[in-house]
Amino acid sequence: MNIDPRPSVISERLSGVGRVIAVTGWKGGIGKSVTASALALLLARKGFKTGLFDLDFAGASSHLILGARGLFPKEEKGLEPPLIAGVKYMSVVFFSENKAVPLRGANVSDAIIELLAITQWGELDFLVLDMPPGINDAALDIMRFIPRAEVLAVTTPSVIARDVLDRSLALYRRLKLPVLGVIENMSPSRSPRAGRIRPDPALEKAMGRPAALLKTEFARDLDRCVSSIFGKM
Amino acid sequence: MHEWALAESVIKTAVEHSGLKKLKKLKEAGVVFGELQAIDKEIFIFALDGLRGEHPAAKDCRFKVTVEPAVFRCKACAKEFPLKGLKKTKDEAEFIHFVPEMAHTFLKCPRCKSPDFEITAGRGVGLSYIKGSK
Repeated sequence: MNIDPRPSVISERLSGVGRVIAVTGWKGGIGKSVTASALALLLARKGFKTGLFDLDFAGASSHLILGARGLFPKEEKGLEPPLIAGVKYMSVVFFSENKAVPLRGANVSDAIIELLAITQWGELDFLVLDMPPGINDAALDIMRFIPRAEVLAVTTPSVIARDVLDRSLALYRRLKLPVLGVIENMSPSRSPRAGRIRPDPALEKAMGRPAALLKTEFARDLDRCVSSIFGKM
Repeated sequence: MHEWALAESVIKTAVEHSGLKKLKKLKEAGVVFGELQAIDKEIFIFALDGLRGEHPAAKDCRFKVTVEPAVFRCKACAKEFPLKGLKKTKDEAEFIHFVPEMAHTFLKCPRCKSPDFEITAGRGVGLSYIKGSK
């Protein structure tokens, strides 16, 4: 008998969380992390208790987007995520000193289970998950441990990204995972439309500054997407 | 008190498995600490004692802790090596304590310096056995 006890407490750690939103997209570099981070900031600005969990261990970047420097979780019956711009934030970078985290699949899974078991999220209206690209250990673990997670898929106008997106949506349908909607990032559309985020040259300058990020056209477009997907909030 | 979260998982799992084995009361449970995670036994036992009240089946359970030495096997050169002798700072040891997989960030194979190794034993906390009465 050799039992891993950690999974037994995961549902308890998330018992105070209302909705779990997994921001996914199977292609890399399509804007998942910026979307997940800005979504968490927008929800917090609307008055919702919000958390953000960066599960992209190899390419963790939400700390750069949020400007999370000099923070560390508080040890209190586990780890309490620190607050940044009103968002409870957890990432592997707290433990890696911003160095590379070269993990094989089984190690990724172990690290995710560890963090899910020891992170005390407390009461949240929304927990946003910044997922790594692809369908891999992180995605499968989230399906296993948080089956109520709702998918918010990100894509770009590229035919390649669109094709990969279609495959992901077909799998989510087959697995009966709720899909909230699809956001097309870097959309060539000139006028704002629901579900589309236009390229914003000012976005790069707002990296690391949550207040500035919320003032970008990117955030305004995302806010429209949020309203169309979640309804009036 | 990060140990509290893991202690809670151990007592909950022991009680769940006692239910599966149709045990009314737990008498003893074996807890394995992987050397790599360096769990503080005193804090862990203190946390377990505090949690007993929430789990009546484990009220009188004796938690017997053993430490399993950490063993690594390099994927690049196949060398097997122990934790002892691997260099890490106090901060790095603390990060590995919270998430043992950080070993791949801070430790390396002593022969070929690769971070691509397998943790074959002694990673983290496990439950090895339970004993009780029906």
